[in-house]
Amino acid sequence: MRFMVIVKATAASEAGIEATEQELVDMLAFNEELVKAGVLLAGEGLYPSSRGARVFFDGDERTVVDGPFTETKELIAGFWLLDVKSLEECVEWVKRVPNTSGGHSQIEVRQVIESEDFANAPQELVDRENELRAQQGYPTARG
Amino acid sequence: MATDARRAVEAVWRIESARLIAGLARMVRDVGLAEELAQDALVSALEQWPGTGIPRNPGAWLMTAAKNRAVDQIRRRRNYQRKLEQIGRDTARDHVPDASTGVGDIDDDLLRLVFTACHPVLSTEARVALTLRLLGGLTTGEIARAFLVPEATVAQRIVRAKKTLAKAGVPFEVPAEDERAARLASVLGVIYLIFNEGYSATAGDDWMRPALCEDALRLARVLAGLAPREPEVHGLVALLEIQASRSRARVGPNGEPVLLMEQNRARWDRLLIRRGLASLERAEALGGPAGPYALQAAIAACHARARTPEDTDWARIAALYEALALVAPSPVVELNHAVAIGMALGPAVALELVDELVDVPALKDYHLLPSVRGDLLAKLGRHAEARVEFERAAAMTRNGRERTLLLARAAACRPGPAGCQVQEPPV
Repeated sequence: MRFMVIVKATAASEAGIEATEQELVDMLAFNEELVKAGVLLAGEGLYPSSRGARVFFDGDERTVVDGPFTETKELIAGFWLLDVKSLEECVEWVKRVPNTSGGHSQIEVRQVIESEDFANAPQELVDRENELRAQQGYPTARG
Repeated sequence: MATDARRAVEAVWRIESARLIAGLARMVRDVGLAEELAQDALVSALEQWPGTGIPRNPGAWLMTAAKNRAVDQIRRRRNYQRKLEQIGRDTARDHVPDASTGVGDIDDDLLRLVFTACHPVLSTEARVALTLRLLGGLTTGEIARAFLVPEATVAQRIVRAKKTLAKAGVPFEVPAEDERAARLASVLGVIYLIFNEGYSATAGDDWMRPALCEDALRLARVLAGLAPREPEVHGLVALLEIQASRSRARVGPNGEPVLLMEQNRARWDRLLIRRGLASLERAEALGGPAGPYALQAAIAACHARARTPEDTDWARIAALYEALALVAPSPVVELNHAVAIGMALGPAVALELVDELVDVPALKDYHLLPSVRGDLLAKLGRHAEARVEFERAAAMTRNGRERTLLLARAAACRPGPAGCQVQEPPV
């Protein structure tokens, strides 16, 4: 099973404060653990929302709003893609994410839909979707 | 809820058990005893954690619990030795376990455990069971279900394997340079066997058992982290990642097998292909002549790179099989080489090659030989002979899904345009 491990933003991440050397060391050690255990498929960190934008939909209307966005807890600061046996195993890994600065933060775990789980989609659509993935590739795995 | 706690403990076990057993084995110098100590610690965890919650560092908790038991055992042994001394016997110096495990050491311990579980003194079945148990963190029940054998059989296999290791006095160490290559080949062979059993189940009603493929792939990735300078380890990872990328396309809507040339390539997993190609590059970058796994990965990569079946570079695949036949000669490789030649140069040339293999004893019960032969005969328009071959192959396979497929191909053998059918390389 694949899970997307979503790291929620914090005031510090939104402020664009760079990680301290200790934070980098700890995170690298954790990533090494993931690789050594054979569970890391991909992972990236994101810039603050000040470098992003949102598009709001209302019927045919499209409204673009540039970042930064205020509700920090709902923003995403990074993610991992893990290949594990169960939700419990994924949670167990997430509990080990270092919290070097000791502050409050949140990580959300969500299961990835595999194409065989698209029960209601016509096979032809699933295949076209996969064809598209084949052409465009996929997020690059760092593991 | 108790079941939730139990599942959480099982997840911890999946993550920690191999390191726990490896660390204990270095301490007590006995893999069987180490595994028992680890199991005892797990039982303690299952008793205590539902009430106390999972400790902050569950791995350390389990290690401490197991070490305490180990020390108790050694003390008991010491008391026994004292009694022996009283009747005037010499005793060796007490062996005091080293309870300090540095972070770097654990990788060495894991590598030692890998080599021990796959030691040539054990039967292949024992190596497989022990590897899944000690390194994959699987229960005997899970292993039994994966291989469709009774749980008691697996339990017995593991007990016997531990006894064999103890009796042979197999040291808990990474093999010396002069035997390392042969020992590594055994490790890679065990992981590949596990993957293959999941990928093309030799018996039963399922064409695939994906969980077993996942276990093998994870073991291979772990091994690549433990032995990063070994090109063949990366070759194996590459092969498994690329093979696994086809999993979704290999099974039809009703669970029937779909052959390589008929698979919908849009269903191949691009992320796994990309990872596989990266591992293959790593294997090649380490230099030296390509080993059997890197060569098989290179063949799998040819298929992975072909956007359509028509794009397949059969000449290159045939050349790679020729190279593979030199480093790992086997009639199965010869058979696959013949299939590739058939695709590159036509069925008549290939049939000549296959006919040379018909009397090879090693292929006597190999259902893919008549299956390939039937395919070539059908392409040459010799339908009556083709049907006989497909029926023979159907009678030989132990996999229900495959039997159905082969009988369907036998039934389809009538004069008319022949479809292009290629066997997935069974090696």
